[in-house]
Amino acid sequence: MSDPLIWLDQVHFQYAPDRAVLSDCSLRVHAGDRIGLTGAVGSGKTSLLRLVVGLVRPTAGRVEVFGRTRTRESDFHEVRRRIGFLFQDADDQLFCPTVAEDVAFGPLNLGLPRDEVRQLVTQTLADLGLAGYEDRVTYQLSGGEKRLVALAGVLAMRPEVLLLDEPTAELDGVAAGRVLDILSTLPHAMVVVSHDSSHLARIAHRRVQLDQGRVISV
Amino acid sequence: MLMERVDPRTRIAAAVVFSGVIAAAQQPATAGIALLAAAAATPCTRLTSRQVLKRLLPVNVFALLLIVALSWADHVSPIAARHPEASDHTGLGLALMITAKANAIVLWVVVFLGTMDLITLGHALRHLHVPDKLTHLLLFTVRYLDVLHGEYLRLRTSMKLRGFQPRLSTHTYRTLGYLVGMLLVRSLDRSERILAAMKCRGFRGRFYLLDHFTFSRRDLGFLLVACAVLCLLAIGEAS
Repeated sequence: MSDPLIWLDQVHFQYAPDRAVLSDCSLRVHAGDRIGLTGAVGSGKTSLLRLVVGLVRPTAGRVEVFGRTRTRESDFHEVRRRIGFLFQDADDQLFCPTVAEDVAFGPLNLGLPRDEVRQLVTQTLADLGLAGYEDRVTYQLSGGEKRLVALAGVLAMRPEVLLLDEPTAELDGVAAGRVLDILSTLPHAMVVVSHDSSHLARIAHRRVQLDQGRVISV
Repeated sequence: MLMERVDPRTRIAAAVVFSGVIAAAQQPATAGIALLAAAAATPCTRLTSRQVLKRLLPVNVFALLLIVALSWADHVSPIAARHPEASDHTGLGLALMITAKANAIVLWVVVFLGTMDLITLGHALRHLHVPDKLTHLLLFTVRYLDVLHGEYLRLRTSMKLRGFQPRLSTHTYRTLGYLVGMLLVRSLDRSERILAAMKCRGFRGRFYLLDHFTFSRRDLGFLLVACAVLCLLAIGEAS
């Protein structure tokens, strides 16, 4: 088997000294893996995703991404460029006033030339069925549209792996269906957090559960 | 309409220059010309006269207070005697002058910026090299005002559902204090999540703009007309 893209090796993580969230937690994500991650509220699903991109650091254990151990903030710059993270609340992610600017935010940060970025924005929006949304104002979009635009912002950076935190949370059936349709056609390796097992069944190949700070197979 | 097609940066610059010039004017003639010219320019925007008058209302409520207060003074001396001629103003004359100038400034700003949406305004300010921190404050406010308002309404509803009715009591004040405090805490939380989301998309402290404005012939025409009006004001001041 090839080297894992993401390897959390016996990771410990806690917010407060007496409140361990993850303890001795290990997870490997290989190319082509589509992992569904479940677990009770507060079991550390979001924390696990945040550890991978270095938004929080483990108190013990090792985070290895793309074959290198990552410890410092600067180690994670490359990780964040190559891993797309979709937040649970799209309002956290869509901070630019217009859709085009928000989708362009990541590519511009990568230093791509403006013409290329503009093309990338149009292409990414069209791929997600959002053609013509460029000048829409982000806070006026519906919940489902917000989610898809946030996804467009992530995909426009051409990531190799996707971390999706509750991609269908707070969406109605139709909007959730549309998001799931799109996610199921994406070729990326991904880790999807969700409470809804029928939703996970449509996207994930493998199911794991967080239980008392550890990852266990289901 | 005409004004909406002019480059936003030019419009902002014109609004700043006009406001400064009119505020500094000493002669009633200048204020009068400025006011008349502004009124003549309002058809250049797509605002109806009703909308324009509505925007002038707050200024004039304030001006009315000023007129009432200053009519009691028959002689107004300036604090510093730099302009000895100013001491000739009667209170009422001064109040009328202030009213005319305030109306002229607001009217010009409405003409130049009244139909510009806040997002364009924010971008134009950034292109004019207004400090990043200020323009980001504006753009983030525009973006998150709605989210904050939604949170406020949710908290307010949940308070109502548990029987809260504002009264003149310490309980009311304490509760409203909690409401504001909770909103602040939630905003702080949200701002941290937003920063995290931005970092995940490669943010390292610098913003890049996607759109660029272009300066066209139409803007040149706009500038010429603006300069002509400024000349008129200068003539008024010299008279």
